[in-house]
Amino acid sequence: MRLIQLVPAGTKIGFMRVRNYALLFSTVVCLVSIVAAFVQGFNFGIDFRGGILIEIRTQGPADIAGLRTKLNGLGLGEVQLQGFGRPDDVLIRIQRQEGSEAAQNQAVEKVRATLGTAVEYRRVESVGPKVSGELIQSGVYATLVALLAIMVYIWFRFEWQFGVGATIATVHDVISMIGLFSIFQLEFDLTTVAAVLTIAGYSVNDTVVVYDRLRENLRKYKSMPLEQLIDLSINETLSRTILTSTTTLLAVLALFFFGGPVIHGFSLAMIWGIVFGTYSSIYVASPMLVHFKLRRGNFADEAEQKQTASP
Amino acid sequence: MMYIARWKLILSLLVTVVSFIFTAPNFLDRKTADSLPAWIPHQQVNLGLDLRGGAYLLIEVKVEDAIKDNLNSIVDSVRTALTGRTARIGYTNLGRIQNGVTVTIRNPDEVARAVQLLRDSEKGLSIDSEGQRITLKLTEETLRERRRALVEQAREIVRRRIDEQGLREADIQAQGASRILVQLPGIGDPEEIKRLIGKPAKMTFHLLNEAVSPQELATGRAPPATEFLPSDTDKLPDGRPVVYPVRTRVMVSGENLIDAQPTIEQGRPVVSFRFDTVGARRFADVTRRNVGKPFAIVLDKKVISAPVIREPILGGNGIISGNFTTESARELSVLLRSGALPAPLTFVEERTVGPGLGADSIRAGSIACAIAMIAVVAFMWLAYGLFGTFANLALVVNIAMIVGLLSLLQATLTLPGIAGIVLTIGMAVDANVLIYERMREEQRAGRTPISAMDAGFTRAFSTIFDTHITPLIGGVMLYFVGSGPVRGFAVTLAIGIITSLFSATMLTRLMAVYWMRRTRPKRLPL
Repeated sequence: MRLIQLVPAGTKIGFMRVRNYALLFSTVVCLVSIVAAFVQGFNFGIDFRGGILIEIRTQGPADIAGLRTKLNGLGLGEVQLQGFGRPDDVLIRIQRQEGSEAAQNQAVEKVRATLGTAVEYRRVESVGPKVSGELIQSGVYATLVALLAIMVYIWFRFEWQFGVGATIATVHDVISMIGLFSIFQLEFDLTTVAAVLTIAGYSVNDTVVVYDRLRENLRKYKSMPLEQLIDLSINETLSRTILTSTTTLLAVLALFFFGGPVIHGFSLAMIWGIVFGTYSSIYVASPMLVHFKLRRGNFADEAEQKQTASP
Repeated sequence: MMYIARWKLILSLLVTVVSFIFTAPNFLDRKTADSLPAWIPHQQVNLGLDLRGGAYLLIEVKVEDAIKDNLNSIVDSVRTALTGRTARIGYTNLGRIQNGVTVTIRNPDEVARAVQLLRDSEKGLSIDSEGQRITLKLTEETLRERRRALVEQAREIVRRRIDEQGLREADIQAQGASRILVQLPGIGDPEEIKRLIGKPAKMTFHLLNEAVSPQELATGRAPPATEFLPSDTDKLPDGRPVVYPVRTRVMVSGENLIDAQPTIEQGRPVVSFRFDTVGARRFADVTRRNVGKPFAIVLDKKVISAPVIREPILGGNGIISGNFTTESARELSVLLRSGALPAPLTFVEERTVGPGLGADSIRAGSIACAIAMIAVVAFMWLAYGLFGTFANLALVVNIAMIVGLLSLLQATLTLPGIAGIVLTIGMAVDANVLIYERMREEQRAGRTPISAMDAGFTRAFSTIFDTHITPLIGGVMLYFVGSGPVRGFAVTLAIGIITSLFSATMLTRLMAVYWMRRTRPKRLPL
């Protein structure tokens, strides 16, 4: 049987030659993301904004206009309705109710009373202002702590330049993911944070593989210029990088197409994160080492000491 | 390399077999699984509310409100203490402050006496005086203890109220300092239960102030020690509720109730109740002295019944005959039996999933799992042939380990949790990819099959270890921030990462070594 090889043996792609363009591209993506986040903000889901989300299934195709008129008559502020997957499924979003959390509960009761029992309530979520504030806080906190923990781990396993390089690549992925959600105004909720944290871990994963090989090659080829060495290491691990990204992407694509609308946003974030994470471990994480002037001394010394110790 | 320690072999086979044994009950239907004898593993994966349908309610106990009430009663008792017959101390500016009460004594000479008096009457408070001003503060310790007790008490009452509804699978737990998390599987519309849980259910018996004229009642301004309270059900012809002039002094309170049951009397639903000894004695005293006078039974500031005392009630048993339906009589007895909430409750977060969406999510999740599995298995086979098959077999064991562990630990599987499993399917083979790519390289560099395989497994390991640690860090963080479903994702992701470390390295290696020993290939088929 002939096995498929996505990357033929002996592939030599000059990744480092275009590293400045890649860096420019990444900088632009990150800047655009940051600007979008500040200017445009996010389409926060009710987890973070507070409010009410109700998914109903009507008998027969839903009369969205009719439902909208009915619900707007309740005086609950902004009410959004949209179709959701099927013609008889409707997603209703109601803004966070002013005043106490009790107002929020009353609003849910009002909607239930208005829509009656003829519709199937598939999902009712109501998050008060207090909890939504806490969820934002803990989401931000967790992302920062995760990044820090990952950086410390890499630092502990490699030279500090690797730690910083891996962190920059990961932060780059996180920022671009957040940017994606801001630019396209995709709904940003708790599952998005889950996707971001997973991608943070996953992206470092790719980076670590390249770094591991780089460290090995630093000892093996002592006189090779750093840039050439990085190119060699990336090329040697390219097959693995592509294969692993492919299997993970296959799984997440299955989730995106067949996992149902509830985790659509999550799988979309994952797809983006995997693609971008793969890119960043090649074009961001490794070139960083050149910029940080990774000294070869440490590795060379180590090797020499070993030689002198065993004459 | 070709040698594998016997204990490793035995351990690997054991783990594999045990995983399948613990996974097996999930293929049975629930009843069959439950009927298995205890020594056979029979636990199934615990499905989260988003998959089986149900209500998730996060309730906040408004502890500070209760503490404010508590301070108000301290204000009252300070007033009583200072104006008492023996004390007669003049004061001004008596009122509540943050976590305490303050009062100013008019005559500086009486401050010391006042402090002594208050020390005797108010225990558990720190009492300081500064000039003529005396402050009574709840100590940090008292506050902490009181908060804890309030939440605990509220949780117990919520539990009783839910138990009374016959919801056996309900899960009620304290969360954080002042919250209660209630999970009700199978409940699609929690409004009824929320109403029941949220009712303060403070019941008190009062005499009516008969001196109040209908004109006074109409003005709405109540004379001292009297409160105008609306009837729960009775309405005036114009639709407004009937109002009663209720004396604020409590005759007997619901705390002294020991039982309440709905019954039928003269064809109408009523609630019969029984007092404890203290309550019975007090009730007997008051009814004996007030025969012929009306009294009011007040529930949460509403009069549910205002009968006339026909004869002294001495046995401590009584009947409340308001305008009940069978259902409302039952509900009132449930509330009275479970007791009054020590502090108000608010619902700060609610997530309800209907059974329809839950079933759809399970179906979608399973399909996504199956398709991811097929795609990854096919891909690995195409890329690595026989070695791909080893990886695929290990992947199957890996899934069994995840499901088996979830069943064993009774961790909750949620929809994001299924996503975590799907993701594991994609990432678990990463270790194999790393190993196989390394083997290819080493073979290309001219090594013999045995030495290439050896290099593949040993050299890739440190990389594999690193690549597993970092996602694990993300997963652990997620576990701590995530609530409900997202936490489920963290759990399956973390379990999947750990199990894949075992299956992708140990198991594949085992298979590869046995295959090598039998076939002695000239080249690795990679």
